[in-house]
Amino acid sequence: MTTLLAIACLLLIIVVVVQIGKVTELATKLRGEEEMEQISNKRSGTGFLLFLVGFLVFCIGSAIYYKNWMLGYGPHHAASVHGSRLDSLFNLTLFFTGIVFVITQILLFYFAWKYSGEKGRKALYFAHDNRLEVVWTVVPAIVMTFLVISGLDAWNEVMADINDGEEYMEVEATGYQFAWHLRYPGPDGKLGARNYKLINAVNPLGQDWTDEKNWDDIHPSELVLPVGKKVRVRITSRDVLHNFFLPHFRLKMDAVPGMPTYFVFTPSQTTEEYRRELSKYKEYQAPTDPADPNSEPLWKTFNFELACAELCGKGHYSMRRVVRIVSEEEFQAWLAQQQSYYATSIRNTEEDPFNGIPLPGENVEPAPAPAEGSVQ
Amino acid sequence: MATAANKSTAPAPHDVDLLIEEYGYDDHFHEHHEGDKYQSNFFTTYIFSQDHKMIARQFLITGMFWAVIGGLMSLVFRLQLGFPEESLAWLRPLLGKWITINAETGVGTLAPEFYYALVTMHGTIIVFFVLTAGLSGTFSNLLIPLMVGARDMASPFLNMLSYWFFFLAGVVMFFSLFLNTGPFAGGWTAYPPLSALPQASSGSAGGMTLWLISLTFFVVSVLLGGINYITTILNLRTKGMNMWRLPLPIWAFFVTAVLGLLSFPVLVSGFFLLIFDRTLGTSFFLNEIFIGGQALDYVGGSPILYQHLFWFLGHPEVYIIILPAMGIVSEVLSVHSRKPIFGYKAMVYSILAIGFLSFIVWAHHMFMSGVNPFISNFFVVFTLIIAVPSAVKVFNWITTIYGGNIRYTSAALFGVGFVSMFISGGLTGIFLGNSAIDIQMHDTYFVVAHFHIVMGVAAFFGMFAGVYHWFPKMFGRFMNETLGKIHFWGTLIGAYAIFWPMHYLGMAGVPRRYYRFDNFDTFSHFSAMNQFITIAAVLVFAVQVVFIVNFFRSIWFGRKMTTRNPYGANTLEWTTPVDVPHGNWPGKIPTVQRWAYDYAKAGEENISQIIPLAEGEHDQGH
Repeated sequence: MTTLLAIACLLLIIVVVVQIGKVTELATKLRGEEEMEQISNKRSGTGFLLFLVGFLVFCIGSAIYYKNWMLGYGPHHAASVHGSRLDSLFNLTLFFTGIVFVITQILLFYFAWKYSGEKGRKALYFAHDNRLEVVWTVVPAIVMTFLVISGLDAWNEVMADINDGEEYMEVEATGYQFAWHLRYPGPDGKLGARNYKLINAVNPLGQDWTDEKNWDDIHPSELVLPVGKKVRVRITSRDVLHNFFLPHFRLKMDAVPGMPTYFVFTPSQTTEEYRRELSKYKEYQAPTDPADPNSEPLWKTFNFELACAELCGKGHYSMRRVVRIVSEEEFQAWLAQQQSYYATSIRNTEEDPFNGIPLPGENVEPAPAPAEGSVQ
Repeated sequence: MATAANKSTAPAPHDVDLLIEEYGYDDHFHEHHEGDKYQSNFFTTYIFSQDHKMIARQFLITGMFWAVIGGLMSLVFRLQLGFPEESLAWLRPLLGKWITINAETGVGTLAPEFYYALVTMHGTIIVFFVLTAGLSGTFSNLLIPLMVGARDMASPFLNMLSYWFFFLAGVVMFFSLFLNTGPFAGGWTAYPPLSALPQASSGSAGGMTLWLISLTFFVVSVLLGGINYITTILNLRTKGMNMWRLPLPIWAFFVTAVLGLLSFPVLVSGFFLLIFDRTLGTSFFLNEIFIGGQALDYVGGSPILYQHLFWFLGHPEVYIIILPAMGIVSEVLSVHSRKPIFGYKAMVYSILAIGFLSFIVWAHHMFMSGVNPFISNFFVVFTLIIAVPSAVKVFNWITTIYGGNIRYTSAALFGVGFVSMFISGGLTGIFLGNSAIDIQMHDTYFVVAHFHIVMGVAAFFGMFAGVYHWFPKMFGRFMNETLGKIHFWGTLIGAYAIFWPMHYLGMAGVPRRYYRFDNFDTFSHFSAMNQFITIAAVLVFAVQVVFIVNFFRSIWFGRKMTTRNPYGANTLEWTTPVDVPHGNWPGKIPTVQRWAYDYAKAGEENISQIIPLAEGEHDQGH
C-alpha cells in the first residue's frame, strides 16, 4: 500500500513538473522570448543578491550557534601541549581563507547581480590585464608560502620522535576488529617482544613469554596517563588498518599490521581540570539524560575518548576506550594497583614456557636462564 | 567576397554556409560516405553507434542512471545517520535481508555491513561512473570533434568500445549489489588488508572480486576514450585551429585525457597486485595478520604500498573530475556574459599547471597513514602550490562576468553556482593540505564537506551547466528554463545546506564512515544537525527529479531549436546544421580564422571563429 502511495506521489510530482514546464512555454509564446529573457535575467540577478546575504548569515550564524560543541572554539580546547599549536594554525588558516571566502563570494554574487542582462547594455571587451593577473598570482603565492612555512614548522616538531636521553613513558595500543587493546610496560619501563604467530585466546597480543620484559607488562582497560609527562604511543594493528584517534588531544595515527607506528604527545590537563572548565558552559550543565532533569550534568560524566578513524569493517564506529588523565601521584597509585598480565593470566598455565619452573625473584634459588631471543 | 565577409555584422544563418563554402576545407567527405553505411539500421544508429554525438548521449544517459542509483544509496545511509532510531522496515522489500526486523518491536534496522556497502558503492559510483564517465565521457565525446572541426573522433570504433567497456563495468558492478555476501564494503579507496581478506568484511569476498573486475573494465574504457581524445585534439584540428585558438573546454578535456592515460594504469597495477594477494597467496600488501582466530602466512608486504598506487591515480582523478567542469564553465560563463573569457592564456597555463601538480601531491591523502613524516614536507609544499593556479582561475571567472551583460539561462546560473562552490570547497583544501592541521581533520566530516563541495557538487554544477547549454546540440530542442531555474536554486541552496554544516561536525572531530555516533560522548551532540542534513539531502534529491523529468520531456517535447546558433556563440559546434548529420558538416569543414572568445569586440555582439580577421585586426589566439 505504501509503495503504491509512493509511486502515486512520484507520478503526481512528475505531472506537476511537466505542467509547470508547459505553462512557462505558453507564457513565453504570449509575452515573447525577449521579454521573458529580460524578466528572467532580472529575477536571477536579484536571486543571487538575496542568496549572498542569506548565505553569509547562514555561515556565520551557524558557526556561532555550534561554537561550544566544536573542538578548539568552545570549551573543547586542546588537552595536549602540541594541540593548542595546531589549533592556532587552524585559526590562522581560517583567518586568511575567511577573508578570501567573504571577498570572493561577495564579488561573485555582486557582479552576478550588477551585470545581469539588460536590453541595450553592451558588455565590456576586457580579455586580459597582465597587472591584475600578476596580482592574483603573487598574492596567493605569498600567503601560501607563509602558511606552508608555519605549517611545516609545526608538523616537524609535532611528529618528531623522542630525542636521545629524553625522559618519557611508552604505552602501546593495538587495534583489532573491533576494539583497542592497551599495554603498559610495567616497572621495567620496557615493552616485551611480540610475534603475531603466538596470538591466541589467552595471548591477545602475541607476547613472547620467554622475553622477560613481557613478564611485568600490564593490560589495562582504560588509557590512564599522568598529566605533563611525555608519552610515546606505540600503535600497532593485529588485522586490518585502524587509526588511533584522540580528538581532544589533536592526535591521529594509522595502526598498520606488521608496521608499528608512533605518536609522541604530552597531556596538558587532567580529566578533572577539564571537567571543571566544561562546567562553566550551559551546554554542559544540561542533564545527561534529557528525560530526567535530576541526572548528573554532562560535564560531570565527561571523559576523554579514544576512537578509530580508519574504516576497519562493520564495527568501525564502536572502538571506544576511555582516556583518563590524572596527576602524577594518582597515576603512580593506579599503576601500583595494576597486576601484570603474565602474573594473572599466564603464569603456571600451559601457555607459560616456565610452567612449574621458578623465576628469578620468585625463589632464592637461581632459576634456569630463559631461552633467549627466540623471537625478537 | 572576402571583404564582404570582413564587414559583415553578426552573421545571419545563411552567411555561415557561405563562409564555410568560401573558406572551408574540402576533405571530399561525401565521396567516401555515400549512403552512410555506418548508420544503416537501428543497431548501428542507436546501440553500437560509432558517431561521437550518439556515444556522448549514451555516456550521459548511462551516467544519469548511475547518478540516480548513487544518489538513492546516499539517501538510505543519510536516513541511518539522521534518524538512527526510526524504523527502516519499509525498505525491506528493496533491501531484503540487510534490514533486520526486531521480532518484538517490529523496528527495522539497517545492517552495519550494508551501511558500509552503501557508503562504498556511493563513492565508487559517483566518482567513476558519474563524474568521470558521465561528465568527461559525455562532453569530451560531444564537443571535441565539434569544437576542433573534425568529422568524428580519430577512431570511432575505439570510441564505441570505450562506451561498451564502461557499460560492461556498470553491469558487473550492478550484479555485485545482489550478492549474498553483499557488495564491497571497505570504502571506495579499497585499502587492504580490509579489501583483501573475506574474513575481515563480508563484502571483501565476491563483492570485492566483482568490484575489481568492474573497475578494470572501467579503466579500459577510460584509456580507449583518452587516447582517442588526445589524438583527435592533436591531429584532427581543422585548418587554422592552432592550440591557442582552442576553446577552453577542449584544453580541459585534453589535459584530463592525459591525466587519465598516465594515472589509471597505475591504479590497475595496484588492482592486479591486490588480486594476486587475494587469489595467489602473494604478500604485496599484507603482513603479519591475525584474523578470524588464525595467524595468516602473509609476511613482508606493506598496506601503505597500495595506498601509494591508489592515490597516484586517486589524486589526479579529482582533477579528471573537476577540469572538464572548469572548461565547460569557462565557456558557458563567457558565452552568456557576452564577454571574452578573462585571461585565456592564464586559464590554459593554470589548467596545465594543475594537471602537472596533480601528479606530485598524492601522498597528502596519507599524512596520517604511517609514512615517514619527513616525506610529507614535499607533499605539503606541492599541494598548497595548487592553490595558486586555482586562485587564478577563480579570479578570472569573476572578472569574466564583471562588466558583462549576463543572460541567465539555466546553464549560466549553474556556471555562477559552480564558481561559488569551487571557492567554498577549494578554501577548505588549504586546511587539509597542511599536514599539521590534517592531524586533527583527517578522516573527519571536514574532509567529507571539503571534497563533496569542491569535486562533488562543483563537478555536478559543471555537468548541469554543460547539459543545459549543449542540450540543443544533442537533441535539437531546449530544456525548459523555468524547471531549470527551480532545479538550480533548489540544488544551490540545498547542497550548501547538506555540506556546510559538515564542516562543524569535522571541527568537532566527528569521524567519517561511522554507522552511529552514540557510542562516543564526543560525537553524539549533533543529532539535530544530522537530521537537518538528511532532510536537506532528501529535498535536494527531489529537486534532481525535476531535472530528470525536464531532461526526458525536453528530448521529445522541448521547444525546438530553429536557428543554428541560438546563443550567439563563436565556437564551431554552432556552425553545424540544426540537425547535425553524421560527419557534422554536410559539405566542407569550416576553417578557423580567430580565437574563440571575440565577444563584445569592436562593437559586435560576437564574432564567430569562422569569420576572417579584418584588416589590421589583432587576434588573441596566435
